[in-house]
Amino acid sequence: MTDNHRPDEPDPTPVASPVEEAYSVEKPIDLSQKSYSQGQLVRRRFFRHKGAMVSLFVLVFITGMAFTSIGYGIIPSWWDKTFYDAGATVDGGRPTLQLWPFQIGEHPFGQDTIGKDYFALTMRGTQRSLIVAFTVGLLSTVLGTIVGAAAGFYRGWVEAILMRVTDLFIIIPLLVLAAVLGKMAGGGIWSLALVLSLVSWTGLARLVRGEVLSLREREFVTAAEAIGTGSGRVIFKHILPNTIGTIIVSATLTIATTILLESALSFLNFGVRPPDTSLGLLISTYQNAFLTRPWLFWWPGLMILGIALSVNFLGDGLRDAFDPRQNRTAD
Amino acid sequence: MLQFILRRIAISALIMFLGSILLYVLMINSGDPLADLRESRAENREQLMQARIDNMGLDEPWWQRYLGWLTGVSRCFVLQCDLGTTRDGASVNALLLASAGASLRLVTVATFLAIFIGVTLGVLSAIRQYSGFDYAITFGAFLFFSLPVFWAAVLLKDFGAIRFNNWMADPAVSTTATAVVALVFALAVASLLGGSLRRQLVTGLVTFAVVFGVVFAFDQVTWWVQPALGLPLILIGALGALGFMLVMTVGLANRRILYAGLVTIGLGLVSYFVTGPLLEDPANWWVIFALAGATVLVGLAVGWVMGGYERRTAMVVSVGTALGMAFLVFMDRLLRGWAGFLDMAPGGRPIGTIGENRIIPERFTGDFWEGIFNWGVQLVLPTIVLTLISIAAYSRYTRGSMLETINQDYIRTARSKGLSDRVVFTKHALRNALIPITTIVAFDFASLLGGAVITETIFGWRGLGAMFRQGLEFVDPNPVMAYYLVAGGAAVLMNMLADIAYASLDPRIRR
Repeated sequence: MTDNHRPDEPDPTPVASPVEEAYSVEKPIDLSQKSYSQGQLVRRRFFRHKGAMVSLFVLVFITGMAFTSIGYGIIPSWWDKTFYDAGATVDGGRPTLQLWPFQIGEHPFGQDTIGKDYFALTMRGTQRSLIVAFTVGLLSTVLGTIVGAAAGFYRGWVEAILMRVTDLFIIIPLLVLAAVLGKMAGGGIWSLALVLSLVSWTGLARLVRGEVLSLREREFVTAAEAIGTGSGRVIFKHILPNTIGTIIVSATLTIATTILLESALSFLNFGVRPPDTSLGLLISTYQNAFLTRPWLFWWPGLMILGIALSVNFLGDGLRDAFDPRQNRTAD
Repeated sequence: MLQFILRRIAISALIMFLGSILLYVLMINSGDPLADLRESRAENREQLMQARIDNMGLDEPWWQRYLGWLTGVSRCFVLQCDLGTTRDGASVNALLLASAGASLRLVTVATFLAIFIGVTLGVLSAIRQYSGFDYAITFGAFLFFSLPVFWAAVLLKDFGAIRFNNWMADPAVSTTATAVVALVFALAVASLLGGSLRRQLVTGLVTFAVVFGVVFAFDQVTWWVQPALGLPLILIGALGALGFMLVMTVGLANRRILYAGLVTIGLGLVSYFVTGPLLEDPANWWVIFALAGATVLVGLAVGWVMGGYERRTAMVVSVGTALGMAFLVFMDRLLRGWAGFLDMAPGGRPIGTIGENRIIPERFTGDFWEGIFNWGVQLVLPTIVLTLISIAAYSRYTRGSMLETINQDYIRTARSKGLSDRVVFTKHALRNALIPITTIVAFDFASLLGGAVITETIFGWRGLGAMFRQGLEFVDPNPVMAYYLVAGGAAVLMNMLADIAYASLDPRIRR
């Protein structure tokens, strides 16, 4: 995907080197070539990743729609219907959205069984699911990074506890623990996000620990410690910036997993509960209407799929950008 | 090695113990166990409440309740498990026995299928990196990664059960559908075999013609209603198995081992006629297992006799071929049972959407093969859902691991000393690439057990998932803890199998 690099880009592994170049002792260094910082290189690689760019567009589009259409907090709404008012059912509640000739119509996603506008409902669900996913992504990343860094840097009991907790999560299926906690959380999205963060930080913590373990042996850390830098500063200023790639990639993947986990919990009635709604809850409510009103089932599912897919592709693009080794391998 | 395993068991036991405390405490605090009675208008409300309080020990402190549960469970060591009662006083032991079988069968089948298919796809897409096949697999993996299990399950229930049943009433494949299927196969095979554009075009055309012809012929003989493989297909399949085994080991050029494989197929042909009557309606599964054992023995013997100085390889190849052929014979018999099962199925609709059996076992009158369909057909859809999602993970990880291995120095060394692609990939790369995969198996198994909770809900199984869900809804800790014991125990077991596989793939660990 990103192997179409321009010749002016510094390339660690030349694809095919001519014989004379392979035998020459000195490689001429072209000083006229522009050099890039690490961050610039990453950004360039990321913006050239077609899949990631398309995904970014889709994600921004969905998020924008979800938050502006029915409004959120101070964000004004431009959609004239709400997700709680029932209206008269038109044409059996069939969706009015048409691609050709293009028209949005009165109820683009149709209406549910009691005449609520399904577009507004789906947008409300998307909003809730996105809020939960991004909060969990943020919280669990912060928690995982701190615990992982502490475990890798100080070793000892922090590390022992971290490893045992991760082992615990292999034994108790994530969904089960999340379901019990989700039931305790009582159906509000913020408490749900909080408890989901509590169960989804261990993967990242383990990854960060692994990287910190190898980074703390490096010379620059010894140098920093030799001039009397405190361990907090060593961790946050010297070690963690070097693990930023792992952290960002893992955060995106956590968001994707959380979207799926949250909707699964809501589907089982252990997540978001009525009168509020979420994508999983919508599917759960209308799964039996599949044969009579299939759109009630399709829209929320496609939303989940769209969000999770684009976040996953985004994570893949970021991983390629931060760590291009895997992509440049073989031919 | 033994010490290594014992240490792992000790750690796992400790973690299971800690996990049980955590889950128990969370469980009993997750809600109000009397909620439904508080709203009840029954005359004897107070009495019912008191009965439940006594039954669940709600007046005791949490540690006393936990200890009570733990004492019951610890009797498992003297084989007298007591997992307590549900809130209504029913024994959890009985509940668990009734539900565990179906769920574990589902998850185990899904795990092994996913490992096999996922690893194969991952290896193939790594070998053909940046081909159309690779991109398709990558996209598919991302798609299935991002698929909500419950949504996919509901979709599959509609398309795989309801519409399949409708189609089964008058099975006919339209020419367009045939062409589409053939086109998909052609694209996959052409992209997989690779080569120059011209070669790919030829492979694609040939595959298209073959698949189109086969589907068309099946349609003409109404194969879908009375499927069977028949002797020719079994023979072709057996030759294919032999070819696969040879390619994976010594290559097609090795005459000695090729002949050993051919003799095995010949013997298989003889035994096809000899065991035919026995397979007509075997009494139980032991007959099948005994025949499979005999197959392995025959394979070993042929390899031993014919192998010469390559005895070991010859034995591996002939056993592999023999098992492949035996599987085809088994499938042939099984498929022949389909027609009978169709007649038996209520309303001519073979796949039900609710429950584990199409016809309850007590009322079932068919023979052995039709019996397999009776429960097997219900297993298919949930298994597909679970498998698809784990295949995605396995194929991604295998691809990454395989690519990393291919770039190692020892692979370059192997290539530079003139070894063929086949030897490099099967002997040098694959084995090393599989090492990291074993770690994922344990994680994946735990998540599959979680996924089974959802899948069972949708397909209406009274399995472990239903037990867990109901327990959680009623704030009833004992069924949930029973689920935890099974899930945790299975995860520990899977972990151990993964460790053993790890050790056998990487000899350094054994020391």
